[in-house]
Amino acid sequence: MNEVALLLAATIASGTPLALAGLGLLLNERAGVLNLGAEGMMLVAAIAGFATAFATGSDMLAFAAGAAAGGGMALVFGVLVIGLNTNQYATGLALSIFGGGFSAFVGAGYVGQRLSDRAQWALPLLSDIPVLGPALFRQHPLAWIALLLCVAIALMLYRTRAGLILRAIGESPESAHALGYPVRTLRLLAVVAGGALCGLAGAFLSVVYAPMWVEGLVAGRGWIALALTAFATWRPARVLLGAYLFGGLTMVQFWMQTAGVPIASYWLAMLPYVATIVVLAVISRNPTWIRLNMPASLGKAYHPGH
Amino acid sequence: MTDVRKRALVAGAGAAAAVAALGLSGCGKKEEPVAKAPPAPPKPDPLKAAWVYVGPVGDAGWTFAHDQGRKAVEKEFGDRVQTSFVEKVPEGADAERVIRDLATQGNKIIFATSFGFMEPMLKVAGEFPQVKFEHATGYKTADNMRIYDAKFFEDAYLAGVIAGAMTKSNTLGFVGSFPIPEVLRNINAYTLGAQSVNPKIRTRVVWVNTWFDPPKEAEAAQSLINAGADVLLQNTDSTAVLQTAEKNGKYAFGWDSDMSAFAPKAHLASCIVDWSNYYKKAIKDVMDGTWKVERTVWGVKEGQNALVKVSEVVPAEIRAQVDKLSAGLKDGSFAVFTGPVMDSAGKERLPKGEVASQEWRDKVDFYVRGVEGRIPAGK
Repeated sequence: MNEVALLLAATIASGTPLALAGLGLLLNERAGVLNLGAEGMMLVAAIAGFATAFATGSDMLAFAAGAAAGGGMALVFGVLVIGLNTNQYATGLALSIFGGGFSAFVGAGYVGQRLSDRAQWALPLLSDIPVLGPALFRQHPLAWIALLLCVAIALMLYRTRAGLILRAIGESPESAHALGYPVRTLRLLAVVAGGALCGLAGAFLSVVYAPMWVEGLVAGRGWIALALTAFATWRPARVLLGAYLFGGLTMVQFWMQTAGVPIASYWLAMLPYVATIVVLAVISRNPTWIRLNMPASLGKAYHPGH
Repeated sequence: MTDVRKRALVAGAGAAAAVAALGLSGCGKKEEPVAKAPPAPPKPDPLKAAWVYVGPVGDAGWTFAHDQGRKAVEKEFGDRVQTSFVEKVPEGADAERVIRDLATQGNKIIFATSFGFMEPMLKVAGEFPQVKFEHATGYKTADNMRIYDAKFFEDAYLAGVIAGAMTKSNTLGFVGSFPIPEVLRNINAYTLGAQSVNPKIRTRVVWVNTWFDPPKEAEAAQSLINAGADVLLQNTDSTAVLQTAEKNGKYAFGWDSDMSAFAPKAHLASCIVDWSNYYKKAIKDVMDGTWKVERTVWGVKEGQNALVKVSEVVPAEIRAQVDKLSAGLKDGSFAVFTGPVMDSAGKERLPKGEVASQEWRDKVDFYVRGVEGRIPAGK
């Protein structure tokens, strides 16, 4: 039973950065902006967070720095694609490539450095419950924040006026504009918020999860988060499910190796990718449903007055 | 491209002259400032030697160790040698370009320190017969290209002796990179070492299929710990496994270089490699004109491998045992792979009393008895 608890705990920890980044990208995309720069934003945020934690010893400041770095890069992206109407795909890719190189350059001096000992998180009493205690109540607070964020974003999108407006500018910026909403300002806000969440995910990786800095630390998780949002048909709860599914299967394949399951580790290594795609594709297979959820103007520039 | 930009930025922070020099040499080459002696033309030109690294010199592991060796060469030969290096060279087409650049720039000897540099180096070696090429961990040679390697399995065996004494669960863990003979040898040596003091030892292996991916290494280490392993060793290059052990209150070892600073409580010892003796010999060979094609595999005996910084928590008799075995490796009275060696299926791979040859070691494709699971293979 203990092994199950540990597997569950590792799943949540491994899924948290994907969930944070995925939810951030979902906000972007719901507003009609596709930011392929997630990987770059996470990398820059990871080194910003690590450097801050290294200098100050404070996790909170590190997360703030990571979110600021991610938000800052998203702001640049937003100004380019929303203000100057550059191509979203090309600009996003450029952001990813830039982020990879820039983080490696800035972080060169931090390779091989070690953060001071991290605090262990455990909720009193609850963490002593057998199985569930170690699995659920010894997580870093950010794991919980990711959960709460998912609920908050879902409520915001579907139950508030702000969510309606956000979806409107993603569906039909012309209509939103005609109704008097500042489409480009709101899109920029959504992009920066999404970038900040990606930044938080990056800082979580370098400060809590690894915890260390090396070039390319994010190792493709930004791309996985991007794929998750699409396979989850832009629904917050499904993004979360996909993130935990991916995280869980990553851990399960290691567990299967230690348990001596006679499958080549190469096949096991593919498992998280294949299974996550299959599961999300199956639950979202209805084409009407996808069309209904996919922001109609995703990836398209909006020029007011045209 | 990033590299070029990066170097340009680095140089920008330095003197303008340096910028010009770097700009001319191009392609991310970093000149190590040699002691600025006043111009003395009568002196013979220093021997130019270059190193090609796969990682950053600050990786605290593989590349770092090679760079320490390069620095030792500088210290030993002073202004008779001029060294330079190119770091973070991807294995592939870029490597060939870098090696050719270095040969064109007048380097007389070039060291390539990663397995994947073998084919690119072989190709360039054919074009520059007057330059000596040295390739680490490979198996192909040419008229002007030779190979060198270290005996990491000796380190792994000594680490195993300590692990066997320190484990409470009798279960060891190993984070493997790729199932190649080099790594299988280390897993086997680690297990045999542990069994020499504790016959009940089982070893569990998790493959991560990468040399360097800290979050993945950490996840693998965590899953080994979850499965009951309490002393870990890795054949990957980061400190992640060690730090994961620290977080979980378990034990682990440093690999490639002294990693004791990364996990004060979990660190039992570091398996290190010190290339300086070989690099000094290679440079001297070129200087003396005695360089010839051969394969050099050095270990504890030649001071190339060692288990260092053994933790205080290791019992005195075990430390004494490690010292005794090290001495045995040095004087040749002890060899790690001495028969009988049984594989995990119970088949005898090395008859009783026989010492493994280099050829035998090159072809290890099995787990010894006590290692659990099966080797992932295309077969």
